[in-house]
Amino acid sequence: MSAVEARPMTNVVAKRAGFFRDMGSLGGRALRSVPRDMEVFVPALIIPVFFFAINVGMMQDLLEGPPFGGAAPGDFDYKAFQIPVAVLFAVTGLSRANVMVLDIQSGYFDRLALTPVNRLAMLLGFMVADMALAVAMSIPVLILAFAIGVEFATGPLGIVALLALTLVWAVVYNGFTYAIALKTGNPAAVNTSFIIFFPLVFLTPLFVPQDAMTGWMATIVQYNPVTYVLGGMRALISEGWALGDLLAAGAGVGVVGLITIPLATLALLGRIRRA
Amino acid sequence: MTDSTYAIEATDLHRDFGDVRAVKGVTLAVRRGEIYGFLGPNGAGKTTTLRILTTLLLPSSGSARVAGHDVVSDAISVRLKIGTALQDVGLDAKQTGLELLRLQGSLYGLSRRETNRRIEELEHLVDIGDAINRLIGTYSGGMKRRLDLAASLIHSPEALFLDEPTTGLDPISRSRVWEYVRAINKEMGVTIFLTTQYLEEADALAERVGIINHGVLSAEGAPAELKRAVGADVIVANVADPEQARAALDRVQSIQKVDAYENELSISATDGAALVSDVALALNQAGVGVNSLTLRTPTLDDVFLQITGERMEADAESPQRESERQTAEAAS
Repeated sequence: MSAVEARPMTNVVAKRAGFFRDMGSLGGRALRSVPRDMEVFVPALIIPVFFFAINVGMMQDLLEGPPFGGAAPGDFDYKAFQIPVAVLFAVTGLSRANVMVLDIQSGYFDRLALTPVNRLAMLLGFMVADMALAVAMSIPVLILAFAIGVEFATGPLGIVALLALTLVWAVVYNGFTYAIALKTGNPAAVNTSFIIFFPLVFLTPLFVPQDAMTGWMATIVQYNPVTYVLGGMRALISEGWALGDLLAAGAGVGVVGLITIPLATLALLGRIRRA
Repeated sequence: MTDSTYAIEATDLHRDFGDVRAVKGVTLAVRRGEIYGFLGPNGAGKTTTLRILTTLLLPSSGSARVAGHDVVSDAISVRLKIGTALQDVGLDAKQTGLELLRLQGSLYGLSRRETNRRIEELEHLVDIGDAINRLIGTYSGGMKRRLDLAASLIHSPEALFLDEPTTGLDPISRSRVWEYVRAINKEMGVTIFLTTQYLEEADALAERVGIINHGVLSAEGAPAELKRAVGADVIVANVADPEQARAALDRVQSIQKVDAYENELSISATDGAALVSDVALALNQAGVGVNSLTLRTPTLDDVFLQITGERMEADAESPQRESERQTAEAAS
């Protein structure tokens, strides 16, 4: 066995990289892991397409005709109505929180904590990757939409607006998954965060228009912020620049974010607490 | 105490976890450029002390300065000046070695050029070779340790903290890690604080050793100096009745000290060769059954026994023994 050979070494001076560079570095790392984790993303794309096909196949004829669809044929396009649902299914809960849990379990999280990295960037880096992922997952759904003849009433700018709304929604929802990941460090617990997905997404006008709902369901749907996120997306596709719907969508995202982002931040502070 | 002579200083460090006091008043000082071995069995408080010194934990009381900065009030400055390889090799299996080192360089504010230059140098030092472009998940345990070392050194730290760097490694990988540690210290002038439960490791690498047991720093000094305090020689007698044997040995002159652990007596002497026949005779005359009698020079385990009344190797397998066990397991 040869002895370790000595060579002159260059001295460098370490310094804090700064918040944005830290976030970019960690976001880049989270994004690099995406194509190496395709087994996570392929099913995540199949599920929304599957539900889209089932919902449209089952409900289109019923809902496009009277009394729901309006008097004239073409007044109500159920395929366009279902595209935002497919987008929500594609992006909601799809996060890199599982990678964060692996980091905690493997000790890589501690290795990062030993560097002068900005602590908030340790969370936001993942969220940056989630934003990119949300856009990447929405694009095939939109391609499907165009392929079956769905048109955006708001034009190309509306597509950008829908993608923006989608990525902000993905980030605020993922606050839940990161809070659980950071609090528990347990992959099974992160997977159970799907329990939150069902009431939030299914207690909305997912299959029928809101004004067709009655009783307790109508009441819950009215108070569910996701109803308004969905409404904003639908407005961009079917109605045009409906300011009221878009503001309501922003408020819906904001309400969820007001809960999830502080939860995730508190969980991060708890995880890196030195006490 | 602030003295530029020292890279690491700890004063009366305590750390509690609920009712459990893991570290009890540790005071130590490590000179710049020194390799300091922090030796103790599992659960002695080694890792807790290291986590305090590397800013991952706050002390319950006491203070510590690393590279001239307080670990509590100036943790960021400490982090900029130290490198750390923790016991659980913290690497991301889904990155390549190169990606991990570049990310590490970026988090320490190095430019891409600086990072690449450091990687080139470290790649050679820790012998990663072409594997640097492979996913870390495909690395062997030894390669992961080496990459972990390289990641800890990317930013030219003044002090390097290694938490049980060879635990779980095969003998060849262990020996390579020892070489790297020596080279890092010698060629880069990096102060090294090394925790270990292996006596041979502390003996082979450390200029000074601190022995910690049940959270208390029990002894400190150069390995040779500590062993000299035990005596020039040690006669180890495995006997049937240790109490009876102790009484019999009381009558033998020139014995410096007798330490007992289970059925084993460690008899310290300045001239063991001259004394061994007297010991055998005394035990025989007292009717003590002797299973074995051996003469050897003192080890750090003898130091540990003398200080704590316990054998360390009973808890921590030596690399030699672990290697034998691994071979036996492979054969079976």
